[in-house]
Amino acid sequence: MSVSSTTAVRRPPRPGRSRPGRRQDAGWALVLLAPATVGLFLFYLWPAAETLYESFTTSGPFGGHTWTGLDNYRQLVHDPELRQAFVNTLWYTLIALLGVPISLVLAVLLAKPGRRFVTTYRVLMFLPAVTMPAAIAIVWKWLFHHDYGLINIGLAKVGIHGPYWLSDPHTALVAVAMVGMWAGIGYGVIIMMAGLQSISPHYYEAAEIDGAGPVRRFFAITVPLMSPTIFFMTVLTVISTLQMFDLIYVMIGSSNPALPQTRTVLYFFYEHTFNQNDRGYGSAIAFSLLAVVVLVTAVQFALQKRWVHYE
Amino acid sequence: MNRRRTQRWVAAGAALLASTTLAACGNSSDGSSASGGNVTLSYALWDPNQAPAMKQIAAAFEKKNPGIHVDVQITPGQQFFTKLQTAVTAGNAPDVFWTDPIFFQMYAANGALKAQDGAGVDTSKFPDQLVSLCQSGGKLYGVPKDFDTIGVWYNKSLFDAAGVAYPKDDWTWADFQSAAAKLTDKGKGIFGTAAELNNQQTYYNTIYQAGGSVLNADKTASTYTAPETVQGLKFWTDLVDKGYSPSIQQMTDTSPMDMFQTGKVAMVWEGSWNVKPLSESPVKDHIDVAALPRGAKQATMINGLCNVVSATTKHPAAAEKFLTFLGSEAAQRIQGESGTVIPAYNGTQKSWVDAYPKYHVQAYVDQVPSGVPMPVTANTFDWMQNEPTILGKAWAGQVSVDDAAAQMAKTIDDSIAKNKG
Repeated sequence: MSVSSTTAVRRPPRPGRSRPGRRQDAGWALVLLAPATVGLFLFYLWPAAETLYESFTTSGPFGGHTWTGLDNYRQLVHDPELRQAFVNTLWYTLIALLGVPISLVLAVLLAKPGRRFVTTYRVLMFLPAVTMPAAIAIVWKWLFHHDYGLINIGLAKVGIHGPYWLSDPHTALVAVAMVGMWAGIGYGVIIMMAGLQSISPHYYEAAEIDGAGPVRRFFAITVPLMSPTIFFMTVLTVISTLQMFDLIYVMIGSSNPALPQTRTVLYFFYEHTFNQNDRGYGSAIAFSLLAVVVLVTAVQFALQKRWVHYE
Repeated sequence: MNRRRTQRWVAAGAALLASTTLAACGNSSDGSSASGGNVTLSYALWDPNQAPAMKQIAAAFEKKNPGIHVDVQITPGQQFFTKLQTAVTAGNAPDVFWTDPIFFQMYAANGALKAQDGAGVDTSKFPDQLVSLCQSGGKLYGVPKDFDTIGVWYNKSLFDAAGVAYPKDDWTWADFQSAAAKLTDKGKGIFGTAAELNNQQTYYNTIYQAGGSVLNADKTASTYTAPETVQGLKFWTDLVDKGYSPSIQQMTDTSPMDMFQTGKVAMVWEGSWNVKPLSESPVKDHIDVAALPRGAKQATMINGLCNVVSATTKHPAAAEKFLTFLGSEAAQRIQGESGTVIPAYNGTQKSWVDAYPKYHVQAYVDQVPSGVPMPVTANTFDWMQNEPTILGKAWAGQVSVDDAAAQMAKTIDDSIAKNKG
């Protein structure tokens, strides 16, 4: 309300007519933007351009490139290990997406008026989001330990012989993906709670008067009105999970027999670029990942029209 | 009005430019300050355990050479080579650093190292195998720093409990296998040994003991598929299959070294660089070490580091002076007395042996004559990093040892072809 009253006094300039001094404002805007723009160019765009160039070359161990055209991309298409890495990454992403509905439900439960210790719950849930991924990975690595891990000790209490979570190719991917999802939930809950506050309580009151139960209210009011937030979380989760690296690096590592079934595209990129120092091929992998990220995000934006409702 | 605005813009732009120039000035003055008067050499290494001894050596050198300061820089583990390679590529290599044979050839062949044509280095003072590890294309590029061989550590309490005689230096594969069988106690979760998937500490030794090899004599092709080589690999997979060793998954969860230190494994094959941690471990009072058992012949992997000078160092004279000092008897004795690694300089090995009066570590030094240098090609790491994945499948019983060996041979041959061309 207060915003509109101030704009009433100081009307924004009408389009088409330039106010005196407006160009000066634009000038200052440029000056103030310059550091960020220069940084963006120097540290993001220029390296990206160089990476694109390198993806068409073969690099020597200590610099120096030979132009090899599309060779790296040809190798990429026929690389079964890369294909496996893409499949793994896809699985991670699908499992991480389970975190979106979970965080919505948790947010709704936490937002219920009159619930006690809400702040404590919020802090507990947000803790993983501000914890170093490496620390999370190390703690979970211990929890998953076959002989001394709490998970298997717990399973043994109910008579189940737990697997080698992180070195069995059948369980390792799911184990790591669950940790990734778990680590993302805290952030998701915070975003969802912020979104919930924008829903007017009148809808719920009206629905309650009409006799809708909590489940009905959740699906008929919360979910549709939260769809922009859900969409935002989905896009964010997909982009960040497609670039998953640290959990694999710490929890799996290079000598784990389950590595081929668990490594992500980014880990594969790291192996080629920094361990094998094959920077040309590494750059091509990076660009193929970029292409997938752009494609998936574009598809998500195209599909959002069907299910995202903006108030 | 318009012109004033333009002027203001020019001024702002100039200020921006000036600030970047200032930053550039800052950089260049940093670089040039080292060349005047006092010289500061950077010495890069990866082992924090050895840092105290290396700093002591640097201090001794500084005392003898006033005006030269040595800055010891430690980057632990695998990151060391990632960082080093980036630094060399960018022209910021440390003046002096360590390399191991796996990376040495690549650095030497690509002109990253300064050749040492015997000027200040007397190679006759070092074992031949170690000198060869610092040579590439017939030229010497560094000075041997230390060496390591492999030995079998055993838990005397577990041997006593199982009524098995302690290993002797002249024992054989059959002795080792029967000891592993007798020491295994499935009820108590105790394993006779651990078939660690570690080329230098386990399976390369048995490959050469069986009479096999990894590369042919002129290093142009892999010999992984030779029957003797396969036999050297089966030595370990048999132990896993029979349950005398933990499975590869168990060893991924808990390292064999940890299992040995908690009394879950009775015998482990460990390099001499692990003597210090073992001597400080919870089992330190009831363990000892013996030479590796003999197969068709006696063999142990012998490996060593070289101290090298960067080809692009700004202070070649000072760097070479320091390199010569690192290869001197005095410096190598400091390393030995610290107990961390066996010094390379002939005669100084005793200082290392004397650091461990409780153990039969002489076995490590005694095995030098049967030492086999690590197999290296132009880009060793390129294929060696795939070994754990490929052989791991054989260890886990997912593929036969013959198939895994064939796949390794192909990986090595492909790498040789790629890195020569």
